[in-house]
Amino acid sequence: MGLQALFFYLFAFIAVASAFMVISARNPVYSVLFLILTFFNAAGLFLLTGAEFLAMILLVVYIGAVAVLFLFVVMMLDIDFTQLRAGVLEYAPVGALIGLILAAELIIVVGGSTFSPEIAKSISMPIPAITERTNTAALGDVLYTHYVYFFQIAGLVLLVAMIGAIVLTLRHRENIKRQDIPTQVARSPETAVEVVKVKSGQGL
Amino acid sequence: MDAFISTYVWPGIIMVAQSLLLLVALLLFIAYILLADRKIWAAVQMRRGPNVVGPWGLFQSFADLLKFVFKEPVIPASSNKTLFLLAPLVSVTLALAAWAVIPLNENWVMANINVGILYVLAISSLEVYGVIIGGWASNSKYPFLSALRSAAQMVSYEVSIGFVIVTVLLCVGSLNLTDIVNSQRDGLGTMMGLPGSFLDWYWLPLFPMFIIFFISALAETNRPPFDLVEAESELVAGFMVEYGSTPYMMFMLGEYAAICLMCSLTTILFLGGWLPPVDVWFLNWVPGIVWFIIKASLVFFMFAMVKAFVPRYRYDQLMRLGWKVFLPISLAMVFIVAVTLKLFVWA
Repeated sequence: MGLQALFFYLFAFIAVASAFMVISARNPVYSVLFLILTFFNAAGLFLLTGAEFLAMILLVVYIGAVAVLFLFVVMMLDIDFTQLRAGVLEYAPVGALIGLILAAELIIVVGGSTFSPEIAKSISMPIPAITERTNTAALGDVLYTHYVYFFQIAGLVLLVAMIGAIVLTLRHRENIKRQDIPTQVARSPETAVEVVKVKSGQGL
Repeated sequence: MDAFISTYVWPGIIMVAQSLLLLVALLLFIAYILLADRKIWAAVQMRRGPNVVGPWGLFQSFADLLKFVFKEPVIPASSNKTLFLLAPLVSVTLALAAWAVIPLNENWVMANINVGILYVLAISSLEVYGVIIGGWASNSKYPFLSALRSAAQMVSYEVSIGFVIVTVLLCVGSLNLTDIVNSQRDGLGTMMGLPGSFLDWYWLPLFPMFIIFFISALAETNRPPFDLVEAESELVAGFMVEYGSTPYMMFMLGEYAAICLMCSLTTILFLGGWLPPVDVWFLNWVPGIVWFIIKASLVFFMFAMVKAFVPRYRYDQLMRLGWKVFLPISLAMVFIVAVTLKLFVWA
């Protein structure tokens, strides 16, 4: 248990410290890098609780893809940092309020299941022990077997969002030259090259 | 106190010793794979390649190592110094970290975790950070362009790699790398009357995926013909322009460690890992690690040959290949494999 507690405090401390740095760093690129560090430590915390699949998905999806795009955008932006920081004090109360609400909700959830353990028993889908069912298989059971239609609907919602994003950003400009790969591949010496016999001194 | 020593100290020491052994073996292997890369390239172009240091140039990589280490590291004045030095560290650490879960033989693995393949995928998707951070921290035009390119390229090809891995996982039913190899003990070859042979491995039933994985691995590790990240004809040397001496060497090391990782991953997913190619007593007697190294080296040979004779892709063609060719094909294959497995109770 000792090592686990040690690693918990290590990951938790780094996660909280880097989350603080995300909002206090002067350079937005630093902020994103600290955000990545926070994600990384959150993945470590997931691992400690035995949620190995979630930890890896957090790494692959959030750090490997989403944060890369964040970084991509932030690096491309040309922002005036001093102007950006000017409004911090104005927005601070709003941020504090949101933080307070989140903290209250966390306290209610954790406190509720600590003070009255019968709430924990009312979970409709009992979580199998790690020894009898691996994490990935247990998640698969829930998503693809018990709630497969809901999962499909969620997929459809994402599909609609994707199509929407494409429709909003796609502009098909006329009068530019495009490459047509099939016609290029279908070219043969007969269709592409014309052999002309030129008589000397006459030209074409 | 005794309990503390027996539960933490000894296992800790053993783990550190094993890791060191693996790392030293890996670095030695990388030294010779670097040499092999140059030799193969030279042979294709009918040159001799490095042949001066040691017999047949065998010590060339060590000479290069010394050269890099003794050079002066130049840090550009306008660069972001912390991140500039962090980038090569990130790239080399990540490339080496993924080796923790690679099984080199039956039970020869540092960490036999349930989600091994996801771990490798996660680590290889993080490798893009070395390039992006390095490109940005250099505070210079070409490195930055290269960083942007790499971000798009590596994220794109991860998608198809992910789907290829999904098809393999559908056949295996587990995310554990050891299970993936063991499930290749019987398959198509057993049905065709050659049990325990190379026909059992997944390269045959999943042949299109094998090809897509190989090509995506080239793109993921920024190997030619997809080395647009360091395309010397357009970007000088890409994100490495401002790097020299040891930091540059670390980038190279990270790159080749990632290449070795992709070779071993191809071996594990499609070429049966440590399994012997034919079920004969004298081949079974050869230790599994030998087979693993032979197979991984064969895959690397293909990597090197591709570098030698395929010209570099144009950037828009690279993106087209990733999104318009590989993604639909691999998605379709996921569907086909799933339906096949469901209808005919295979594997």
